[in-house]
Amino acid sequence: MSEDATPAVDERLKEESVIAHAMKRPELGAVAGLILVTLFFAFTADGSMFTLSGTFNFLSPGAQLGILAIGAAMLMIGGEFDLSIGSMVAFAGMVFGACVVNMDMPLALAIPVTLAAAGLVGSVNGYIVIRTGLPSFIVTLAFLFILRGLSLVGLKGLTDGSTQLRGVRDAVEGDALAPLFSGDAFGDLFTWFAKSGLIDTFKSGTPKVPGVPIELLWFIILALAATYILLRTPIGNWIFAAGGDANAAANSGVPVRKVKIALFVFTACCAALLAIIQVLDAGSTDARRGFQKEFEAIIAAVIGGCLLTGGYGSAIGAFFGSIIFGMVVIGLTYTTFDQDWFQVFLGTMLLLAVVFNNAIRKRVTGER
Amino acid sequence: MGDPIIELDGIEKHFGNVIALAGVSFDVRPGECHCLLGDNGAGKSTFIKVMSGVHKPSHGTMRFEGKPVTFDTPRDAMEAGVATVFQDLAMIPLMSVTRNFFMGREPTKGKGLFKRFDVAKANAVSVQKMREMGISLRGPDQAVGTLSGGERQTVAIARAVHFGAKILILDEPTSALGVRQTSNVLATIDKVRKQGVGVVFISHNVRHAMAVGDRFTVLCRGKTLGTASRGDISADELQEMMAGGQELAELEGSLGGTI
Repeated sequence: MSEDATPAVDERLKEESVIAHAMKRPELGAVAGLILVTLFFAFTADGSMFTLSGTFNFLSPGAQLGILAIGAAMLMIGGEFDLSIGSMVAFAGMVFGACVVNMDMPLALAIPVTLAAAGLVGSVNGYIVIRTGLPSFIVTLAFLFILRGLSLVGLKGLTDGSTQLRGVRDAVEGDALAPLFSGDAFGDLFTWFAKSGLIDTFKSGTPKVPGVPIELLWFIILALAATYILLRTPIGNWIFAAGGDANAAANSGVPVRKVKIALFVFTACCAALLAIIQVLDAGSTDARRGFQKEFEAIIAAVIGGCLLTGGYGSAIGAFFGSIIFGMVVIGLTYTTFDQDWFQVFLGTMLLLAVVFNNAIRKRVTGER
Repeated sequence: MGDPIIELDGIEKHFGNVIALAGVSFDVRPGECHCLLGDNGAGKSTFIKVMSGVHKPSHGTMRFEGKPVTFDTPRDAMEAGVATVFQDLAMIPLMSVTRNFFMGREPTKGKGLFKRFDVAKANAVSVQKMREMGISLRGPDQAVGTLSGGERQTVAIARAVHFGAKILILDEPTSALGVRQTSNVLATIDKVRKQGVGVVFISHNVRHAMAVGDRFTVLCRGKTLGTASRGDISADELQEMMAGGQELAELEGSLGGTI
């Protein structure tokens, strides 16, 4: 093989401008949307929205949704859907609560057990989809109900008839792993910021923002890891290939079944991670946790440039899509608008994103 | 010409009560283009799927470089050196040429957790290989969807050869192409053959087969009707064998040999 790595320039081709190149990136829509939404709130919302505490205020729910959306985006790029992730949050929350409260497990055991339980359900989802060849939409719709029902029945069994399991906070008190999944990170740093007068403080001298919400760190880590996997590893290539054309990928030696099942497991584990964070934060687990979150996560992924048909999209796009979400949900409370406009926004954004993605797809594939 | 790279003997394949292949024997030698001809439904597709590890034969033996082998998966076949370019080309239009070129066989650098897709190398190789086949890409990240049918075919062939194919199976590579693109693909086949690769050319177009074929095997209703070398058989005879010697003879006159 020749080491000549500089491709000859074809004189028939015009230099492609930076903008034309950027137009082909899947996350373009999400970035543009984020800019638009930011501008909108810059003009309509109370100034306190974009202070440090205001920013963390909307980033926190954005990050919680984002943890689900990153999983959903990876799975969508791999060509499948998972409608059961919202119910999975409740189910994993129940497993986690039962481990911690009813069985007195330390977090070092409870967290792996919860992730394993979620992963198992995810692999069952994936296995059924692969074996039957049915659309994942239908299979996971069934699990949407099965898992929600199991959470309700299970919690009642664990608590003498209540659909809420309390006492998580007491049970994990002093556990060395708890700070990794709850509260705020970099507390010392923020105290130091406050002392140095870099950030706002209360009269007592404690900072108004005690630290970075832990879910935001997890969200960023997941988004970076997912992007790295998609763009810079062979597995990333397999995910795109499995979603683009499973048959062609399998004929080229891509282990499509393994990739898809692994993606179902990953998505379920994302939901379980969110459940752990939420349960530790609230100190209790509830059978209604994650209600309808599957739709929001899929919408965030679509806003982020994922095609419903698979094979195209990005984790960074889903990252921005989730932030748009958090911004609008919380941002509306800073404005004079009725908060229920959120739903209207949701639908409109989805519609725009799908139309936009479709146009981008035609551009990329050169369809006319 | 040397010993056969791959030999298949008495291959049968049953799907439930359907007998798709009822005893097919076939071999390919290095540097030759062996044409597998047959009408629709003759079993060409099933046969190449057996050869490429997609299906397991119900009966029959397969030898690769003299040793008996069984291919459990397409990957096994590929690792042995049997590469197949299916009609769908195993190309994904939304993905870039580079990502398609290395799909399933990505070059990596780094170790353990840091083992990653060597994108720079992959880009350089794919652009270079395309140039050798006479195609200038806009860039390695150009989506395959923007290439013409002939160019896609060439990408698929270049990919197979790059990954060390000893046997290259082409499933009707010219069936959906225009005249110029067809001749480009036939020229590519000739280049590949000169590198010592054994080419299996599946077609029902006798003219295309005659243009590049060294040997011709006709498949009819799941059985081989025999193998002939170039020069020993005429296009008309091949045509007749493919049709099983029926009806076509009457049509021949009115169509004036245009089939």
